[in-house]
Amino acid sequence: MAISLTINGASHTVDVEPETPLLWVLRDTVGLTGTKYGCGIAKCGACTVLVDDRKAFSCTTKVSAVVGKDVTTIEGLSDDNSHPLQVAWIEQDVPQCGYCQSGQIMAAAALLSQRPDPSDLDIDAAMSDNICRCGTYSRIRSAIHRAAEIAKG
Amino acid sequence: MNTMEMNRRTFVVTGASAAGGLMLGFHIPTRADAAAIMDDPWMAGEGGQEVNAWLEIAPDNAVTIRVGQSEMGEGVFTALPMIVAEELQCDWSDVKAAYADTNRHVRNTVEPYMVAAGAAKETDNLYQRMATGGSGAVRRSRIFLAQAGASARERLKQAAATAWGVARADVAAENGILSAGGNSATFGEFAAAAAEIDLDTEPAIKTPEQYTLLGQSLPRLDTPLKVNGSATYGIDVRVPDMVYAAVEVSPVPGGRLVSYDFDAVKDRSGIIGAYRLGEGGIGVLPYNLEELANRVTGIQSGVAVIADSYFRALTALQLMPKEWDAGEHGNVSDESIINGALDVLANPDDPTFNPAHSVGDVRSTIAASDNTIEATYITPYLEHACMEPLNCTAHVTADRADVWVGTQNPPRALAVAAEEAELPPEQVHLHTTFLGTGFGRRLRQDEVRQATAIAKALGRPVKVVWTREETTRQGKFRPYATYHFSASMSGDGKPEAYWNRVVSHSIFNHQLPQYLNNGLDRSALEGLDQRLPYRFDNQQTDYAIRDSHLPVHWWRSVGASQNAFAVEGFIDEMAHAAGADPLEFRLSLLPEDSEFRNPLLVAAREAGWTSDLGRGEGMGIAVAEAFGTIVAQVALVTVSRRGQLRVESVDAAIDCGHIIHPRLVQDQVESQVVFGLTAALYGEIHIKNGAVVEDNFDQYLMLRINEMPQVRTHWALSGGEKWGGIGEPAVPPVAPAITNAVFAATGKRIRRLPLRNHDLTA
Ligand code: FES
Ligand code: FES
Repeated sequence: MAISLTINGASHTVDVEPETPLLWVLRDTVGLTGTKYGCGIAKCGACTVLVDDRKAFSCTTKVSAVVGKDVTTIEGLSDDNSHPLQVAWIEQDVPQCGYCQSGQIMAAAALLSQRPDPSDLDIDAAMSDNICRCGTYSRIRSAIHRAAEIAKG
Repeated sequence: MNTMEMNRRTFVVTGASAAGGLMLGFHIPTRADAAAIMDDPWMAGEGGQEVNAWLEIAPDNAVTIRVGQSEMGEGVFTALPMIVAEELQCDWSDVKAAYADTNRHVRNTVEPYMVAAGAAKETDNLYQRMATGGSGAVRRSRIFLAQAGASARERLKQAAATAWGVARADVAAENGILSAGGNSATFGEFAAAAAEIDLDTEPAIKTPEQYTLLGQSLPRLDTPLKVNGSATYGIDVRVPDMVYAAVEVSPVPGGRLVSYDFDAVKDRSGIIGAYRLGEGGIGVLPYNLEELANRVTGIQSGVAVIADSYFRALTALQLMPKEWDAGEHGNVSDESIINGALDVLANPDDPTFNPAHSVGDVRSTIAASDNTIEATYITPYLEHACMEPLNCTAHVTADRADVWVGTQNPPRALAVAAEEAELPPEQVHLHTTFLGTGFGRRLRQDEVRQATAIAKALGRPVKVVWTREETTRQGKFRPYATYHFSASMSGDGKPEAYWNRVVSHSIFNHQLPQYLNNGLDRSALEGLDQRLPYRFDNQQTDYAIRDSHLPVHWWRSVGASQNAFAVEGFIDEMAHAAGADPLEFRLSLLPEDSEFRNPLLVAAREAGWTSDLGRGEGMGIAVAEAFGTIVAQVALVTVSRRGQLRVESVDAAIDCGHIIHPRLVQDQVESQVVFGLTAALYGEIHIKNGAVVEDNFDQYLMLRINEMPQVRTHWALSGGEKWGGIGEPAVPPVAPAITNAVFAATGKRIRRLPLRNHDLTA
């Protein structure tokens, strides 16, 4: 079935079953592999994207549920690593293996759009859906604070 | 030297800095190259000149340094090129990192200059060491990587000296520029000439005091790719004409798929086919517990469904009726396994115990004493929980196989694929990607064998992806272990005898039985036998193997991951029984020249060690050695009256001898504290009816950001000849530092992990 989507500002028409998780449509149909599969049950955050600027687990979001909405993936943050979160992430060398980091950054983007200057407790609350098996948590925390600072200019 | 057989299916990241330079993931192949290998986006079309197998220099002075180890977060794409660049004396901002070509490695022996320099044996393969494990990336490749850089540098200097009519000694090589008198040129200009030069003697490599680049915390080369989704992991591989496979194999290792009804799902959209896997199906090496080769990577009985998208394949697989026969292990549980071990443990005269270490006379000393203590410790099976679920992409034709996978051992993966594709290794091309962690799991290659078998049957490229549940159920587990300790002390609390019996599932017995030594598994006895840091007049360690049907495997820090919990817990119990401070007690048992003293003292000093905190708060200390590195840790915990445990901080003092990139070491220590803490708090794989119970993150819990303690790394470096590993050794002390701190806070002694099973209410 043909489904029309808006991803990172561009329109795509995909031929998939409406119950297909957005995750697999992004990765396999559209070819945006920055969004990762980790658990498939909304328990790791690796697949986090923004839907109309709110955080969503793409592994448990049916593609039919995002028709008419704006989906933003890690590839849509900037063309040149210039988003404040990307700048901060690079400055602090946050990633280790990097597999969880697309999800971490998108969760952080959702947080900053709600709370431009988050406290540590805000970060705990917003980021504890995201597992980092490499244990980069302390740098994730400091990079979010740094990104907030950069965004303020 | 020449560039023959350059099959550069490599993977390149740029050295451009965080300042906003252009970041490249995969280089677009040049047209000429692309014609030959259309199916392969993994090729660097740099057009550079190879000076030796490790490095290539382009006309614009860009230096591509090849990396023989796998990047799974530990930083080898930065640290290893730094070792080469230190000697080459190129400009670091010109450096790119690329994977070394595994096919070339298996086809060629090491270059002669390396042998002449004494940095290789003639029989070594080209890249010498390509497996990433045992915390060996730096310490075990440092010398030959430095030699590659130094030998290339001297050839560049000689090429310039010849052209300019001066002596090589008068040519300077700095920041990618050669100069002598009024002459100057870039490395790129002399790279081709350098590649043709033979030197009478190879240069010596630098000693640590001479380092200028090493020792700096330079930005990681891979970071820019890891903040925008462009870093490619195995699971992201896409090759032309590729289809997808979802697989399910017997949830009980060694069980059998009795039947499946493909007809029920074959008409769904996008479905291409299904294959029976393992016994009676595809694959040249089916799983079989009795045969060594078959149990290490053999294909478990099960089924693969192939479709034009992964979700279609997975949905059909899940809907397809299947019937399983659990086989002879269908009533095994973790309880039955551990109870079996505890029965052995309780009988010191069990004939299957083998002596691992013995000094003095433990039995009669303990028997004669009226001041003895005893304890039993238990650690569970664990799964690696790699962040990236297991996957592998393969394409097998009549005369060539290509495999794309995030593996910790590319040559081994290549060999497994060759065996399964029934092709000579020279015709197999292994394309290593980034790994979404490895922790030892990706040394095993069972997913490679399975994917190669499917690709061969299918005759077109296929990406096999395991669900998280499949990844966990098909784990290759960290063994369980059980420990009994007994000790006796004199009237004034001085220890007289220490006796430790251990019964565990043995990794060596499971996959490398030829390396068992008189029934002893060296990794299972890490830190327990003569490697126990403490000295007693009477001391004995005995070991017995009790395996189950579960496949077991190396898991970050291996035996030390669990042994330190038991030993350091029991030493704490002895300290308590002796009425001594846990730090002072440890120091009193260490010889004067023990290397364990300084890390303990540094960790204690930096943490502000005290055994005297208020109720509900406690500090614990522990120390362990693994992979040539000693780490001591002090944990500070709080426990609320309602039993809520919080680990506030961990101070870690590390002696790995030398460090070449301080921040990567700090990041590793922090990573290992999270890894160890996750296991200590939550880690436990239960077995029921022969199968794994916890198969996803709703049950197999991971530490999250809100539970992250403050982690501080402190240097306790002894320098000299010592070069210890840094990928694992901070894991072992975590659990005992925390359980000892819990004891200090609550008076409750934790002798069985994980902590979540214990009631800590006041
Ligand atoms: S893959 Fe979606 S939360 Fe884990
Ligand atoms: S960086 Fe490896 S899982 Fe987060």
